[in-house]
Amino acid sequence: MIKSWSWFNKVSLIVGFAFLYVPIILLVIYSFNESRLVTVWAGFSTKWYGQLFQNEGIMNAAMVTLKVAFLSSTLATIFGTMAGFSMVRFGRFRGRTLFNGMIYAPLVMPEVITGLSLLLMFVAISLDRGIWTITLAHTTFAMCYVAVVIQARLNAFDRSIEEAAMDLGCPPLKTFFVITLPIILPGVLSGWLLSFTLSLDDLVIASFTTGPGATTLPMKIYSMVRFGVTPEINAVSTILIGIIATGVLLASVLHKRRESQRKNDELLASAIP
Amino acid sequence: MGRFRLRVVGAERLCRVDELSGVVMTSPGPIKKKHKGLPLVSGGLVSMICECPPYRWAASKCYRWGLQGRSLTVMVPYLWLVLLFLAPFLIVVKISFSEIRIAIPPYAPLFEMIDGLYVQLNLHMANYQRLFHDDLYMYAYLSSLRIAAVSTVLTLLVGYPIAYGMARAPKSWRLPLLMLVILPFWTSFLIRVYAWIGILKTEGFLNMFLLWIGVIDEPLVILHTNIAVYIGIVYSYLPFMILPLYSSLEKMDHSLLEAAADLGCPPHKAFWKVTFPLSRPGIIAGCFLVFIPAVGEFVIPDLLGGSSTLMIGKTLWSEFFNNRDWPLASAAAVILLLLLVVPIVWFQRFQSNRSQLGE
Repeated sequence: MIKSWSWFNKVSLIVGFAFLYVPIILLVIYSFNESRLVTVWAGFSTKWYGQLFQNEGIMNAAMVTLKVAFLSSTLATIFGTMAGFSMVRFGRFRGRTLFNGMIYAPLVMPEVITGLSLLLMFVAISLDRGIWTITLAHTTFAMCYVAVVIQARLNAFDRSIEEAAMDLGCPPLKTFFVITLPIILPGVLSGWLLSFTLSLDDLVIASFTTGPGATTLPMKIYSMVRFGVTPEINAVSTILIGIIATGVLLASVLHKRRESQRKNDELLASAIP
Repeated sequence: MGRFRLRVVGAERLCRVDELSGVVMTSPGPIKKKHKGLPLVSGGLVSMICECPPYRWAASKCYRWGLQGRSLTVMVPYLWLVLLFLAPFLIVVKISFSEIRIAIPPYAPLFEMIDGLYVQLNLHMANYQRLFHDDLYMYAYLSSLRIAAVSTVLTLLVGYPIAYGMARAPKSWRLPLLMLVILPFWTSFLIRVYAWIGILKTEGFLNMFLLWIGVIDEPLVILHTNIAVYIGIVYSYLPFMILPLYSSLEKMDHSLLEAAADLGCPPHKAFWKVTFPLSRPGIIAGCFLVFIPAVGEFVIPDLLGGSSTLMIGKTLWSEFFNNRDWPLASAAAVILLLLLVVPIVWFQRFQSNRSQLGE
């Protein structure tokens, strides 16, 4: 019998997770620092958070970012679900190779190229740049992530339920909404969450595609970082980390509860003699 | 087989027909209702829409033009990607052949009507010539490739033991560990890079710690060097390496290792002979996922690297925003894309093969 979890495994996990989490924890701790110097502890204080909410530039940027993130993640979820569905269900349609290429390429494409090309196109068709162009850009790259998530979910999907519904005379569109969508819903929701955070994080593509007056939060943070490290950036980062961590943990807990409920139901069904 | 749901007023039970006796058996208690709301509401809505005359009219028209739900489902995302992903590239290629000029937009048109009679094509190769003859750009390309390659190897070295430890952890630990790896990936890239500035600064946490335990006498200069860029890339892209490695290591059949041990193979040799080759798909996917975006990285070299750190993403950015030389920036992007097209296509083949195998 092989010893399954050796001391080497444990040590590498501890060191690895320390590497992943210590920087974030230090950042959060020092957002409550009294002193303006980020690395010298001078007592607990929440004054940087207070200053943050009085900083109009940051509050405006946060509003812009939230608007863009909501719109683009919703659009990306719709288009991404359609794309993922087409990739799994429609077999070989015309132009499938190009379609697959366009889905996978944005996942690894350097952001500078995506941003530059979108901006040049917006200029070429003389579209006024601003919050709308950022939304278009974010929708484009986020929908590819959603498509991949949906694709994975659909691959593990029992098609016979759909076929049963259609055999009983349910039209395809209704079958999708009544049968398919509820089953792939966890994938759809995690796709939405993923595109929301991608949009919330993005600096490079937003910097290229933005216009006058539309500054997103990452752009604001970036310009603040360039002037130096301040506790205010730590405070805004802590809030963002808090929001995202809560969202992700909540989603995973809900998902787990549903899965276990499903398992219980199945168990109940098979427990009948 | 032989199982159905029985809905009595108010309560729903799972039922099963016993194949031998033909007796219907029901579950002891009512089964809990689960997410019934959405299918009913959305289903009702859909049937309502399907029944209304404008929809029927539009559907029949669409059907006559050969547009069914199926082709519409493909067409909408397809068109979106063609318009907002493919077309922009063609425009970049076009502008890379244009000449810079001081105007809005700051480039000369590629096609020009001369006297309204014929179209003149102004193909301008100078941008590419400049890229190939100016040492700065060549150096930027080579150093991006080098930095990306070195940090990919470093990420693999850091990520493999973590993924391995996760895959061998007790089953109940695996999901929480996986969540812990994914969580930093969801938090902002910019914030994670920013966190390292505070650590690597001359008066930062790392130097304070090392001075305190007495390893060094004077602070090390790490921020604004290539070492800081390596640390930044390894840190930011670590989840991309761990996830594919973990998924291929976790699928591994443990009886193979037991067989190796039974045949007298020592564990470290069994690792190199069995585990490592079997995790190769994960290694390949992870390396692609780190290497390709790292080549064009902008934020990390800009914030953590120094003035001597040249990476093409940073050069392209400053060429575009500071010098406003759009044609040259486009040419730089085209060359960068050509450099990456081989790994990107390779990666995409690899991915679609894997997804077709249903992995």
